[in-house]
Amino acid sequence: MKRIIMSLRAVFAKQPPSSNGRFLRAIALATTLILIASCAPAPSVAAITPPYIDTGIDHESWALIPAGSFPYGQHDHITDVDYDYEMMVTPVTNEQFGRFLNEALAAGAIRVGEVEVETGEQVWVEVGAHGFYPGDPYDGYKHEEEIKPGDKLFFPTEADGVRITFDGQIFRAIHEYSNHPATMVTWFGAKAYCEFYGWRLPSEIEWEKAARGTELVDGRGLAFPWGTHIERNNANYYSSFDLFVKMFGKLGNTTPIGFYNGKTYTLAEGSYTTLDSASPYGLYDMAGNVWQWTGDDYPKQHYRHMRGGSFYSYEVDLRVWKFNSAGPQHYSPQVGFRCAR
Amino acid sequence: MQFMKTRFNYLFGSTKGLTLIAIAVVSLITAIFGTLSGPMVEWGIRDVVVRLLKMELIPAAREGRIIMLYHTIAMTIVAIEVYFITELVPMKRHEQTMINATITVGYLISVVFGMAFAYWGRNFAFHGLFLLGQSLVFFAGILLAVALVPWKKEYRLPADSLLARTKSGLDLERVAFFVMAVSTLLSAAFGAVSGSYWSNGHETFLAEDLIRNPFKTYLQKAIIGHLHIMLTLIAIAITLIVGRWLNFKGILHRIAMPLMISGTVIITAGALSVVWVEAAHTIIYVGSVFVMLSALFFVIYSWGMLIREGTAGIEKPTFGQKIKALLRDPIKFGPGWQMVFMNFTVSGVGIFMAVKLTEIFRVWPHREERIILTGHWHILASLIATIILFYIADLSGLKGKIRKWFGWTIIIMSNIAFASVTIFSMKRLFVTEAEQQNVVNWTMLLTDIGLATVLLVLAIFMVWRLLDLFKAKGWWTQEYKSEIKRSAEIEIEEQKRKLKELEETLKEVEK
Repeated sequence: MKRIIMSLRAVFAKQPPSSNGRFLRAIALATTLILIASCAPAPSVAAITPPYIDTGIDHESWALIPAGSFPYGQHDHITDVDYDYEMMVTPVTNEQFGRFLNEALAAGAIRVGEVEVETGEQVWVEVGAHGFYPGDPYDGYKHEEEIKPGDKLFFPTEADGVRITFDGQIFRAIHEYSNHPATMVTWFGAKAYCEFYGWRLPSEIEWEKAARGTELVDGRGLAFPWGTHIERNNANYYSSFDLFVKMFGKLGNTTPIGFYNGKTYTLAEGSYTTLDSASPYGLYDMAGNVWQWTGDDYPKQHYRHMRGGSFYSYEVDLRVWKFNSAGPQHYSPQVGFRCAR
Repeated sequence: MQFMKTRFNYLFGSTKGLTLIAIAVVSLITAIFGTLSGPMVEWGIRDVVVRLLKMELIPAAREGRIIMLYHTIAMTIVAIEVYFITELVPMKRHEQTMINATITVGYLISVVFGMAFAYWGRNFAFHGLFLLGQSLVFFAGILLAVALVPWKKEYRLPADSLLARTKSGLDLERVAFFVMAVSTLLSAAFGAVSGSYWSNGHETFLAEDLIRNPFKTYLQKAIIGHLHIMLTLIAIAITLIVGRWLNFKGILHRIAMPLMISGTVIITAGALSVVWVEAAHTIIYVGSVFVMLSALFFVIYSWGMLIREGTAGIEKPTFGQKIKALLRDPIKFGPGWQMVFMNFTVSGVGIFMAVKLTEIFRVWPHREERIILTGHWHILASLIATIILFYIADLSGLKGKIRKWFGWTIIIMSNIAFASVTIFSMKRLFVTEAEQQNVVNWTMLLTDIGLATVLLVLAIFMVWRLLDLFKAKGWWTQEYKSEIKRSAEIEIEEQKRKLKELEETLKEVEK
């Protein structure tokens, strides 16, 4: 060791600093400063609360999607959906999901407390609302994850980023977030919500049809719910520079449901004009804001697909055919859902 | 006119000139199309560039555009490697001329018409010309493979050679180059066959979007195998090239070359058999171990050589003196270091992912897994690019402080960028989504700073080379003269050998 130190001294200390040495030291100093600076606190989604914003969109409303064929997927395969169905006009809000948790708790459909979460080879315990799920068919396929019957986590009450508090008896949505999409909900929780009211999660095909409609422009289906191209004030996505980016930094945060409806919002942070970005059937937030769980269970893998992109997605992931996937136990500040019936 | 003619002869008639043009093309592609993603979008530069250049970016065609972009950059990088190989590996001058001319025309056609098709309106005549360009690059590859045939008598090594050889004198490094070239041709054909089904049973996709799909078609598997093996073979080629540049020889060379040859064959077979063979990944792992061991021996040799040369004259060099000797020339230290660094940001990440796939990575959302996948291969491609830059800097005769500034800036800033990308992609291991903003902000910033600095250094280098071309007695004249001289010397040697052969033939006949 002593020899190493002596040798290093021979290299660095006994020599007059060369321009190369100075350069290296400057680089090292700059890197160190940046790394130190990176430890400084930056606003996190969990730490700041935005003001309440009323967008004027009714989050209890539904839109009818009539039967008929539509261009499905990136390559516009004409696909028939031979039945009418309805989709929620906006994602389920924190207020709606909080109400569900209270009603389901009172009805004995869910419990609150510790629950084992199992995924892959990992098992851990979380605290939150949970309920029974009958499990998925299992084929023992390579990399297939077995979803066994049992109690599943619906909504973690103690995780970073929850917008619904639980005082031991009542769930309450944080007021300012009450009309934001309900996030941190697992697929099990989203399914339980829809089924509690006699509805269901939309299939991927239903979701995409509701997002893009049937119109073909130059032989192609719409790439975004509102049209063929995206502007910054069409949706809440990474680098869209909306008001919430000013509040929360580059990653932004969820926006209230139906925020992008053509209105101008004026806050202390400035004013922001949105474009009316409803889908052809009048659905809002079908691109950006939060990924939305869909209902399909694909055999031999059991990943659940999410659609629409989120406030943390680049615009390419807002194209209507793009999907994300995760195990049904996954929850996140950028994942929400809506129901179909 | 003479002004233009002499410059044209230099740029298109010498290895250094051809390399400079290819780097200029890659730089131009990077400068223009790099503005269409990442921070350039956030800063609004993408919108300005799209408007200014009247690009037509159809959202549904994004994946196709990216594939065309990768192919044009790959064609250019392959061309650069071919220029290096035809210069470094003994072959006849007319072979070198034919190969270089064919590949130059090929990659330039590919770039011009490929980009025109992808970004300016999908004119299918342009797509046809793009394919013509790629076909020419393929044809140049066949010419290269023929020129590299290792069992020709004139390329046998003498018994006292320090290079790896068989008992009969077969040059094993030449065999390695030959096997790499043939494997590349096979792998390119594999991709071409799959690509020919485009819009006829096969739809454009990015491999990282399919990873969780348990049912992949044969065509999808073929393309996944193709893209992986092509990048691997480009990496193998640059390893062989820098080995020749730094005069890799001796016992380590004798061990490394058989490993590289067998590794190349195994890894190619493994990657292409992904279509049919369940255990293809195991075959790939075996091949990778061979290739990586071979690269390790090169690193040990090159660093040992730097230490030996740097401490020459010192009877018993101290540890510090050895380190100083190792680090005194970043341009020659860089290739080995980047290969070592590759283990932290590419191979290590890949092995960790494979080991912990179901336990960790498949638990994360697909987007997180996708970030790691795209991150690690972008890093591998960029590391290869930096190694190419080291060689070009050496070819250009950078000396003194400029050489050190150039080399260290590329090493340090690229390493900061790649380390930051790795931390960013693995962030879910140590931070939740709700608390990730600090990590995201700073890793992105460091990545941008690192990459921007490397690109700035490259831009300065290219501007210097451009300005030099306007000088009557610029650096380019010396380079051109030295290449003509070397070319003439090789030609004389060839003619002497040919003359000797003819005289022997005559004697045989007269008997």
